[in-house]
Amino acid sequence: MKSDEPLYWRSLEELASTAEFRAFVEDEFPNRAPDWNNPDSRRGFLRVMGASILLVGAAACTKQPKEVIVPYVRQPEELIPGKPLFYATAMSVAGVATGVLAESHLGRPTKIEGNPEHSASLGATDSAMQASVLTLYDPDRSQTVTHNGSISSWGSFITALAGARDVAGLKNGLGFRILTGTVTSPTLATQIQDFLTEFPAAKWHQYDPCGRHSARAGAMAAFGKPLNTIYRFDRADVIVSLDSDFLSATVPGNLRYARDYSSRRRAAAENPNVAPSRLYIAENAPSVTGSMADHHFRMTAGGVAGFTADLARGGTGAASPEARAVLKDLEAHRGSSIVIAGEHQPPQVHAFVHAINQALGNTGKTVIYTDAVEASPVDEISSIADLVKDMRDGAVETLLILGGNPVYDAPADLNFLDALKRVKLRAHLGLYSSETADWCHWHVPEAHYLESWSDARAYDGTASIVQPLIMPLYGGKTPHEVMNILANHADQSAHDTVRGYWQAYHKSDDFDDFWHISLHDGVIAGTALPEILPLTAKAIDQAAIASLGATAPAGLEIVFRPDPSVGDGTMSNNAWLQEMPKPPNKMTWDNAVWISSKSAERYGVTTGDVVEIEFQGRKVDGAVWIMPGHADESLTVHFGYGRTRAGKVADGIGFDAYALRGTGALWQGTGVNIKRKSGGYKFANTQHTQTMEERDPFRAATYAEFHKDPEFARPEEKRVAKDLSLFPQWEYKQHKWGMSIDLNSCTGCNACTIACQSENNIPVVGKEEVAKGRHMNWLRVDRYFKGPLDDPEMYFQPVPCMHCENALCELVCPVAATVHSAEGLNEMVYNRCVGTRYCSNNCPYKVRRFNFFLYADWDTQSLFGVRNPDVSVRSRGVMEKCSYCVQRINSAKIDAEERDQPVKDGDIVTACQQACPAQAIVFGDLNDPNSRVANLKRQQRDYGLLEELNTRPRTTYLARLRNPNPDLEKG
Amino acid sequence: MKPEDQEFTSVATLDPGPDKVIGPGHDYGSVTDEIGGVVFRPFLKTPRQMFFGFAFAFLLVNLLMIAVTWLFVRGVGVWGIDIPVAWGFAIVNFVWWIGIGHAGTLISAILLLLKQDWRTSINRFSEAMTLFAVACAGMFPILHLGRPWLAYWLLPYPNTMWMWPQPRSPLIWDVFAVSTYATVSLLFWFTGLIPDFATMRDKAGNATARKIFGALAMGWRNSAKHWARYQKAYLLLAGLSTPLVVSVHSVVSFDFAVAILPGWHTTIFPPYFVAGAIYSGFAMVLTLAIPVRRWYHLEDLITMRHIECMSKVMLGTGLIVAYGYAMEAFMAWYSGGQYERYAFVNRMWAGGYWWTYWVLILCNILIPQALWSRRVRMSVPAVFAIALVVNVGMWLERFVIVVTSLTRDFVPSSWGMYYPTIWDWSTYLGTIGVFLALMFLFVRVLPAISIFEMREVVHHTGKEPTHAHGD
Repeated sequence: MKSDEPLYWRSLEELASTAEFRAFVEDEFPNRAPDWNNPDSRRGFLRVMGASILLVGAAACTKQPKEVIVPYVRQPEELIPGKPLFYATAMSVAGVATGVLAESHLGRPTKIEGNPEHSASLGATDSAMQASVLTLYDPDRSQTVTHNGSISSWGSFITALAGARDVAGLKNGLGFRILTGTVTSPTLATQIQDFLTEFPAAKWHQYDPCGRHSARAGAMAAFGKPLNTIYRFDRADVIVSLDSDFLSATVPGNLRYARDYSSRRRAAAENPNVAPSRLYIAENAPSVTGSMADHHFRMTAGGVAGFTADLARGGTGAASPEARAVLKDLEAHRGSSIVIAGEHQPPQVHAFVHAINQALGNTGKTVIYTDAVEASPVDEISSIADLVKDMRDGAVETLLILGGNPVYDAPADLNFLDALKRVKLRAHLGLYSSETADWCHWHVPEAHYLESWSDARAYDGTASIVQPLIMPLYGGKTPHEVMNILANHADQSAHDTVRGYWQAYHKSDDFDDFWHISLHDGVIAGTALPEILPLTAKAIDQAAIASLGATAPAGLEIVFRPDPSVGDGTMSNNAWLQEMPKPPNKMTWDNAVWISSKSAERYGVTTGDVVEIEFQGRKVDGAVWIMPGHADESLTVHFGYGRTRAGKVADGIGFDAYALRGTGALWQGTGVNIKRKSGGYKFANTQHTQTMEERDPFRAATYAEFHKDPEFARPEEKRVAKDLSLFPQWEYKQHKWGMSIDLNSCTGCNACTIACQSENNIPVVGKEEVAKGRHMNWLRVDRYFKGPLDDPEMYFQPVPCMHCENALCELVCPVAATVHSAEGLNEMVYNRCVGTRYCSNNCPYKVRRFNFFLYADWDTQSLFGVRNPDVSVRSRGVMEKCSYCVQRINSAKIDAEERDQPVKDGDIVTACQQACPAQAIVFGDLNDPNSRVANLKRQQRDYGLLEELNTRPRTTYLARLRNPNPDLEKG
Repeated sequence: MKPEDQEFTSVATLDPGPDKVIGPGHDYGSVTDEIGGVVFRPFLKTPRQMFFGFAFAFLLVNLLMIAVTWLFVRGVGVWGIDIPVAWGFAIVNFVWWIGIGHAGTLISAILLLLKQDWRTSINRFSEAMTLFAVACAGMFPILHLGRPWLAYWLLPYPNTMWMWPQPRSPLIWDVFAVSTYATVSLLFWFTGLIPDFATMRDKAGNATARKIFGALAMGWRNSAKHWARYQKAYLLLAGLSTPLVVSVHSVVSFDFAVAILPGWHTTIFPPYFVAGAIYSGFAMVLTLAIPVRRWYHLEDLITMRHIECMSKVMLGTGLIVAYGYAMEAFMAWYSGGQYERYAFVNRMWAGGYWWTYWVLILCNILIPQALWSRRVRMSVPAVFAIALVVNVGMWLERFVIVVTSLTRDFVPSSWGMYYPTIWDWSTYLGTIGVFLALMFLFVRVLPAISIFEMREVVHHTGKEPTHAHGD
């Protein structure tokens, strides 16, 4: 491939004069190529073909080496065979991968789905995975190689980097450092190890701001090795979570855990022979896992250590009644229980938990140990601290940063930037020209995972090949290509590198088949790490218990967590994630300082006050949010905000919590002070009410109550006689579409919301408009607190359009822009809507969204690619709402007709259904008595929201069942 | 003495008191001259207050132009509406303006059929007020659309899409009701003006005025045949207009009553809205009549009897409205329905706009009770103040109904507030400007009081020897 010649031409004439083009045309249009020597003939041909030549692919006009990507042609049952092609690949967060299927329309990826064959998700996705496709098309991505701020080229970079390597090579690599995030990619790890072998004095540092530091250190303390722990929640009768939000994206494997956990919940709810599981959680701030818990112990993050110590005492030695009750339950379920330590709890808690699980006999049954998933597990905090020390000492001459943003997210006490300035040559590979790129001599745009050849491992070690769906939009490079420069094969592509690695792994004649199948399936068979048994965790003695128990700190604590929407900040510039309401408080476009109402009173602050947070000598201003259910004497702040060089979306939003965090208190610490500076900060929340206001949209009961009154979810006064109407009911003879949402399974993670946004081209409106109540998400997840607001239960309820048979919106539309289909869909006809908004007023569920302005971005060119071509993009003045993914329904019906077959249950999967990790949403044909949805609606827990209004909603809910411990007072 | 002379006005325009509909000493000529004098007065002798008033109104008209332009350029989001409160000032103003119009039709049509003598001097001018109010109201259903350039889709016209409006929607009923109302009111008003156009034509000072009035007069010759047909036509139109007083605002009330929203979904709305409309309409008639009669010295034609009768009607309809409020609140409680009860809890103390409800009670129920006292009814400044208060109160009533009910409905997660923006206010004040500007223009250019009917009043009060002309 030509390295750095400009690839552009100024006119089609110029293009036509090249030999490659002619060869291409003759190949493409046999017998029709013009007489190239005749100017008229040539011009005529070009005039006729015009721009379609570009579409046909002559743009680059160079022959690419053949890198074959393999489509996922054989669909699993739920997916629709048809025009869009699906390719299996994998997305990594902090190095750990989850398999996805990327839907590609006309050569551009438009939607991410889960890969049903991948153990980490079994087909589900989370909100970050759904939003990742938008990052591919982000116009703020860096688009060119820069050198000292000016546009440069890949070729120049190669020269520079090779030069630096050669200089370092004279001293065996002394002074040459590579900084990456957590690396699980076998190929990349091998490349780096090969480099280190060749240059033994060089060093490789790894750092991810929200990596698994505690889990790794805890395993080291317990086993002497950085083992990886995975869990089998489907086998667990009792789960005790010590500040572990295992149902959210903060824990690798969470999608699988959500599936396993909810499948057990569902089985128990549907089948009286299956015992329900019980979940206890001790945490300082409300979380999605906390919303599923049967018992929620509110305590400071520091206090969790004390609770753990209490549990470790075992039997009746525990001090608190809660711990005693929990222990009793655990003891009664030896071998079928799980105690899980939070990712952000200190390593000692992890070590204790390993011992507790072992004592309970859970090891090998519900708690499985494998070798580390990381290719080269290290203590990442020491790793980056060592790098900073060496940089400060002047010992680092060349620093190559492969991904990551340490200037923004390295522990603040290290003062990374200061040390960085002493490095003679700094090169950064990244998706964005970020805070770090700003201070580096060289910046190379990174290829997005949808543009990359690579590989990665999942939470259980399963390896997947990452295959690209589109050529890098901006000439982005993968870390493999950069490492190839160091290995002196700069001309070797990432594809060849990755393939080369796996060829060495699978030394056999059928490598091509192996490669093909691995690409097709999205997983490399047999790469899940084997279980390690037998295993002995380091025992805990009384001294250790006393010491851990005594660490309950005094004074106000600060707790650092990755943000529920934006994560660790890598995807801050993703507008879908910025506008995704954070589950516990439905806040968008901001982060806040969470505090309990009692502590707020104590410290003289209230929601909207801007406070100066001072911690370990570092100060940051942030706005306060009083969070119901939050522990007293504790503050929670989230990462990912306060960016300065993220892009137009994220810059200047929120405050930078990384600036407060130091190596000594990675996740929590005491001794923080807050001082009120001013008031009146305006947040943008999508929901303002906290409780259900004496109504019952969300219905829950304990198992005991359920057995006593199975119809608790549908009391007499809420039912309406079937024929309560003056008009004859329509008979739905063909299909009768309906949806069932299981509130017993929904964790409130919002993956469905972003999936819907991606599938249906839903626009982003921005903070101001959200504050005015104009957010556009078709599917919202309501959050209700129940009980005393300082320690409530938290419930989540997804609300899509109900597709009421007696639709109130249809009655009042003056122009018939919303009508009912013969299959039961309430259809919104965008081009007929004049925008009176009467339908929204008459909808009791308020599921309709209005385009008050032209919210859809019609100008930004790169965003055209992310849109789903099967769904219209709405303009100003038009109402829109959930359509039960009518484009998918129609597509399935057409396909079925073409094949002359009936539509089967599972042929149509709505976007929200497909994304949900807990499988809480089920769509299907009610006229098919065997369909899943029909079976679910026959259950006694089934109820419709506001059924008593006689709307006859097609979307109904299954009430939540709780399984509280009778020994504990709160039942 | 000529009508333009200032001195002329000081003698015969004293208010004759509350039991007379016309001042003493009038004959056919003096009545004609007094009314016509308003129009024929030289431009520079227009009362100063009219100049300032019109200038102010015109300023507001310009404000409306800016507000509407910005609205069309950016979209309906420049207002404070959101989900759940998707209807705000625009609909409140629409209902307020339509309501105001009802007084004119009642005075013109119903009081005619009921043969009330005190309607004559105020009917022309209140009918004009109706027309201008309907014009202002009619702007809002178009302005508040998300895609106003497609407003014509609400009309039933044959088209290539084979689409007709959806007839179950109250908004379509509105289209028919309001357009019928506008058409019939215009016809009625114009018909009533024909003999007066003829008078103006005959008395016109210059050729242009004569030609314009002449064209509008449509060849009126004041002959017996003309009068005979005229009386029949006038009665017919009055008969047509009468049911409109009840039907139009009932249909407008269906916008709310047909919806399921608690606070909207109540059967009391049609009579309650109609009573409220008449209430606010009379308040607006008083608000306009009192200054105009003062500035143009028409106190002998618009006497204390008129003021007092209108005050009594205001008091009466105010009591009906008060009954409506009480019934609504009682029924919300008596129904035992959770959402109904909460709609009132929200309105009265729990919601963000609870204070508007109490200001409403003060303005619409408490303050107008002063009208029970004859002394208050006889005091023109007091009546004017109460009329203004009632106008505000009726606007607040629509606000409470439309906005407060929308802020909190069935599902608590969707509860939200509505904060009017500067464009909401500009548009509203702009329509007030249009209304006032049109009223000022009307008073300046057309006879604000019905000349021929005043001549009939003169005849009935026996100041002229009988001529054999129709009744």
